[in-house]
Amino acid sequence: MITGMGGHMTLFLIVTLNGLTLAALYFLAASGFSLIFGLMRTVNMAHGALLLLGGYVGYSVVDTTGSWALGVLSGGLAAAFAGAIVQAGVLGWMQGDELRQTLASIAISIIMADLMLWYWGGLTYQVELPEALSGGQRLPVLGVGYANIRLALMVFALVTGLALWFLIQRTRLGAVIRAGVDDQDMLRALGFPINRIFILVFALGGLLAGMAGVIAASALSIAPGTDLQFLLSSLVVVIVGGMGSVGGAALGALLVGLAEQYGLAYAPTYGAVFTFAIMVVVLAVRPQGLLGRAEK
Amino acid sequence: MRPAGYLLFLALLPLVLNDFWLTLVATRALILGIIALSLTFLATYLGVVSFAQATLAGVAGYTIAYFGPNTVGVGFELPFLVSIPLALILSTITGGAIGLIARQSRGIYAIMITLAIGVAFFYFTRQNYALFNGWTGFSGIRAPEIAGVSLRDPAALYLLSLGTAALAMVLVAGFVRSPMGLSVQAVRDAPGRLLALGIPVTTPIVTAFAFSGFLAGSGGILNIWYQERISSFSVGLGPIIDILIVSVIGGLRHPSGAFVGAVVFVLLDTFAVDLIDRERFNTLIGAVLLLIVIVAPNGLQQLAKDGFGRLRQSNSNATE
Repeated sequence: MITGMGGHMTLFLIVTLNGLTLAALYFLAASGFSLIFGLMRTVNMAHGALLLLGGYVGYSVVDTTGSWALGVLSGGLAAAFAGAIVQAGVLGWMQGDELRQTLASIAISIIMADLMLWYWGGLTYQVELPEALSGGQRLPVLGVGYANIRLALMVFALVTGLALWFLIQRTRLGAVIRAGVDDQDMLRALGFPINRIFILVFALGGLLAGMAGVIAASALSIAPGTDLQFLLSSLVVVIVGGMGSVGGAALGALLVGLAEQYGLAYAPTYGAVFTFAIMVVVLAVRPQGLLGRAEK
Repeated sequence: MRPAGYLLFLALLPLVLNDFWLTLVATRALILGIIALSLTFLATYLGVVSFAQATLAGVAGYTIAYFGPNTVGVGFELPFLVSIPLALILSTITGGAIGLIARQSRGIYAIMITLAIGVAFFYFTRQNYALFNGWTGFSGIRAPEIAGVSLRDPAALYLLSLGTAALAMVLVAGFVRSPMGLSVQAVRDAPGRLLALGIPVTTPIVTAFAFSGFLAGSGGILNIWYQERISSFSVGLGPIIDILIVSVIGGLRHPSGAFVGAVVFVLLDTFAVDLIDRERFNTLIGAVLLLIVIVAPNGLQQLAKDGFGRLRQSNSNATE
């Protein structure tokens, strides 16, 4: 039935599916980054390091307990805890001085990356998958085989995106966060414990990064340098999609993930240029990002 | 004149220093300082912190490597009188182009965009073999010879770097006093007012970035003669962060901070082995950066200046 489609079509489908997988991962990584930026105007350069920490912790937990779900949870919690410490211990003291926060978070990411290299070494880790997620599916209609974990990853990203949207649009905490994005001073004047809310949002961003790390370690693999890869992708995703918007992060991740995979498949030595070109075009046409709001 | 006195003192250093101190400490600090100067200049006068300075230095370095004698058989050889100006022109143009891309962005946005450009260039050099020879890059690059003396010779490279550094400082001082330099500072202070006066802000921003590309390019050329090789790692996150650390340690308020920071960085890098495990250098330098950001956000140059100022004040108080 698929013989008529030819090799080109199959390649295109596989590349598109790979692009969607990557986009799901990029979305998971970038959503926390974007959330923190949206509320606090903090560019958390340690976001990639939080992700890698989550991945390593998740690996170690799965390795000891054998439970994948426990690994994802503990990876997320470890990164959430680290994120809360970063905000409460360092960045919170420099609130409002964005350049200083950026530099401090760079220093933290250098230290974290080096300490993780010390503890976990320079090896490449892959988290062992549970029975249900290993193996693959032959996709109906499309007729190409695909790994279960990658499908699960897409579902996970979708669920996370919806949950995040629900949290921000429909809950009381979300209302406070949105109010903080619009007018921080007024929120403070109304007596909201804004410092505690900041720490909480930082922990939430860390949780998303940490879980993304464990999932990246399951679907692909992690090694020193993974932190940089996801920091860069998060940067480009939020520049393209618009800062502080969940929808923007999803759209940006989709564009960057697909561009990277098409680039890799059809122009292997110029792949990085595609991602870069998307960013430049968006900046030229819409500097605030596709779904971002213009700066006051 | 005091600067001339300092310069004369520094020019006489090859007479007293051995090759280790001259090359691995003094020359290295000067070259790093020139590249960091390109960042400090942008931060001081345009108010933009750029993470693309290693890229600009890399563009010049790769140009020298591609059009010069190398041992990997990529590119072709041009005379140095052609390849050196070409390298400077390319790094200047690249600087201007980056300025054009980032022209509407300030503060953290400019940081994110220049960082994305820098890291994208790193991945590009790693993927591309036709121009950059991919992962391995270029090696066996030789510096030009003048009258039988290689410019890689310790004393020759030191004096050349010292001269370039002095010239770069003079150029920066001249640039910021020129009408264009004043426009650049006006963009930093009040871009809205400038637009209201009918002065376009794009030209000063692009010019400042292009000038910074020229500075970074001259440092990049010296660096490739010093290293005798270049690869994607020369433009990766490591060098990007190193340049930033040098500028921040020195201080982003005055161009001379770049050289203060470079000396401190090179001394730490060279002698950290005696303090801690060589492997943990990044933890040390990260902690130093964090400490500087927390304790002295304006850098060591400013800290020293304030310290001396207070000392002088208390002295004059005492004599009164």
